[in-house]
Amino acid sequence: MFQNQWHLCLAFFRVGILGYGGGPSSIPLVQKEVVDTYKWMDEEEFTNLLAVANALPGPIGTKMAGYIGYRVGGFIGLCNAVISTILPTIVAMIILLTFLSSMSEKPWVQGMTKAVVPVVGVMLFVLTIDFLKKAKSGLGWSITVGLFIVSFLFVEVAGLHPAILIGLLILAALFSKNREKERERAS
Amino acid sequence: MKYWHIFLAFFIPGIVGYGGGPASIPLVEKEVVDRYHWLTVSDFSEMLAMGNALPGPIATKMAGFIGFEQGGILGAWIAVFATVAPSLILMVILLSILQKHKQSPKVKKMTALIRPTIALLLGAMAVSFFQTSYEGIGVWQSVGLIVVSYLLLERIKLHPAFVILMALGYGALFLS
Repeated sequence: MFQNQWHLCLAFFRVGILGYGGGPSSIPLVQKEVVDTYKWMDEEEFTNLLAVANALPGPIGTKMAGYIGYRVGGFIGLCNAVISTILPTIVAMIILLTFLSSMSEKPWVQGMTKAVVPVVGVMLFVLTIDFLKKAKSGLGWSITVGLFIVSFLFVEVAGLHPAILIGLLILAALFSKNREKERERAS
Repeated sequence: MKYWHIFLAFFIPGIVGYGGGPASIPLVEKEVVDRYHWLTVSDFSEMLAMGNALPGPIATKMAGFIGFEQGGILGAWIAVFATVAPSLILMVILLSILQKHKQSPKVKKMTALIRPTIALLLGAMAVSFFQTSYEGIGVWQSVGLIVVSYLLLERIKLHPAFVILMALGYGALFLS
């Protein structure tokens, strides 16, 4: 119990202080801690978590932290994970802005921020490939590529909000006939 | 009254800001600059620059700082709570329902159907990070950092924390 709370605190403290570029850039870090390091949830649950988090409004970093905290340690876990994510950086922000607001002009601070950007890009790219591989093993190449292209057209070309697409896919899954079930039974 | 305003100023961006914290930046600006006049436009952009230089989620950093300036520690708590709580509560409820029906074939199918879309969203974010990097530090620095961090993360399997710390060190020394 105590150990779980301590691990939650550690995991989200690391996510909070290493996630440069706001909540979305911390997604790969959360995945690493939650799926690989502490094994609190499997890949499948993490996918659902990301989908729901993306479909709902509000900051994504704290939505993920809060839910994972809740799953691992109930309401206390929820508070623990959210606070561990945000408190260190809020305190840093208040101190820095109150006492030395010229810091962000310092070239070495700007250099640090710039160097982290491509690294986060790589982490997101790796996660993208991960998801495509997992999708392939469940759906096969043609459906995966098809859905990827449809998503691209929908989100990047038409500029529609991803929440709409995710909502439609959820509905499609809920109202479809259970052909999958029979195939699973057969295999 | 003041605390109520602080709550409202962050509650609204929290429930209408789709796409994570960075997407809610203009919404927060609208509330704190245009509606409540707590900050001027230049104060706001200075705060944003500072917030971007620090790690962690941006929405809660803004809420914490503005709440603190307007209403002390209590103000900071209220602002952060208003930012985080509404969508988090919704999320916990929805996912708990989902978790209960985990074995249902429909939920399994849903997970499978959603994966390519999530992959696309992550891929698009990766591309925008690469683009920002290219605009900030040019092609060669970007490619170098991309290749080295890829090798460290995926071949040597170094924990991302170390890779980020190394990048921070590199940036402080060579990109300043």
